[in-house]
Amino acid sequence: MTTATIDTGASSAPTDVARGRGGGGPAPKRIVVAYGFWIFILSDIVLFSALFAAYAVLARNTAGGPTGAELFNLRNVFIETMCLLLSSYTCGLGALSAERRQPARFLVFAGLTFVLGAAFLVIESLEFAGMVAKGAGPSRSAFLSAFFTLVGTHGAHVASGLLWLAYMVAQVVAKGLRAAVLRRLLCWSLFWHALDIVWIGVLTLVYLMGAR
Amino acid sequence: MEGHDHLFDDRSPGVEEHEPTASYLSYTAGLGFAIVATIASFVVSQTNLLWPPGIPVGLVVLAFAQIGVHLVFFLHLGSGPDNTNNILALAFGVLIVFLIIGGSIWIIANLNANMPMPMH
Repeated sequence: MTTATIDTGASSAPTDVARGRGGGGPAPKRIVVAYGFWIFILSDIVLFSALFAAYAVLARNTAGGPTGAELFNLRNVFIETMCLLLSSYTCGLGALSAERRQPARFLVFAGLTFVLGAAFLVIESLEFAGMVAKGAGPSRSAFLSAFFTLVGTHGAHVASGLLWLAYMVAQVVAKGLRAAVLRRLLCWSLFWHALDIVWIGVLTLVYLMGAR
Repeated sequence: MEGHDHLFDDRSPGVEEHEPTASYLSYTAGLGFAIVATIASFVVSQTNLLWPPGIPVGLVVLAFAQIGVHLVFFLHLGSGPDNTNNILALAFGVLIVFLIIGGSIWIIANLNANMPMPMH
């Protein structure tokens, strides 16, 4: 074979295998779907970056109202963080079980993920309700507007992720772990892991830096 | 690169099929690293273990370390050939995120510094 290959690292490789570099024909559907959804997740993270920027700029503009150090309860935040982290873990194990065609095990892990995600949402809702009851609602100061927008948008993503999970469980029960369902499940697990990555940013910028 | 089997392993973030590296063990290792980073963040923010003016920098470093752990152990973003597109997209996303956040903080800090009256 004398045809030149673009890929210098694997010149002796057969060329009929898709490698994501244009050679060997189109990539498998699973790879394409995951790539497309990855692009969506990155665009979602760009959306969050605008909210992060707004919060970082407005965090000190409390207009004489309460500051983060007075409002945040780090013990609750730690529990929230652990709920989300463990749900990310069980989500990964659930995805692994689904790939290995173990529906019963998948359902157990999906249930755990749902419970942990719901616990996160309950704690966050109680935190919001307590702040509003103390007169520290979104209209109190620019700091609180930015806080509720950023943290609330993340919470809305978690809530929609939970709805999507319930929908995926229904699909697995009704249709079984066929290829199309597995691809949707893959997209959902990417979404859920991405929410945990956004939460690391919220935790660091809003709570840990704000509580000092 | 040991062999072509590894080279042709088609992978994307979150894809486990045909993949020897993703297992219960790798998720558990990722969870362990993430918990250590999280606890370290809380400790750093609540104590004076670090030089106080350097604490925000320390927190940001820990956050990036944990994001890296999540990308590698949970999203399976690796250096495999099929991940090239995903890595490039991620690099572009990171560029945009840094432009938006860094640029906003820079510009507004500059405006605040040049205000004739103190803002607060």
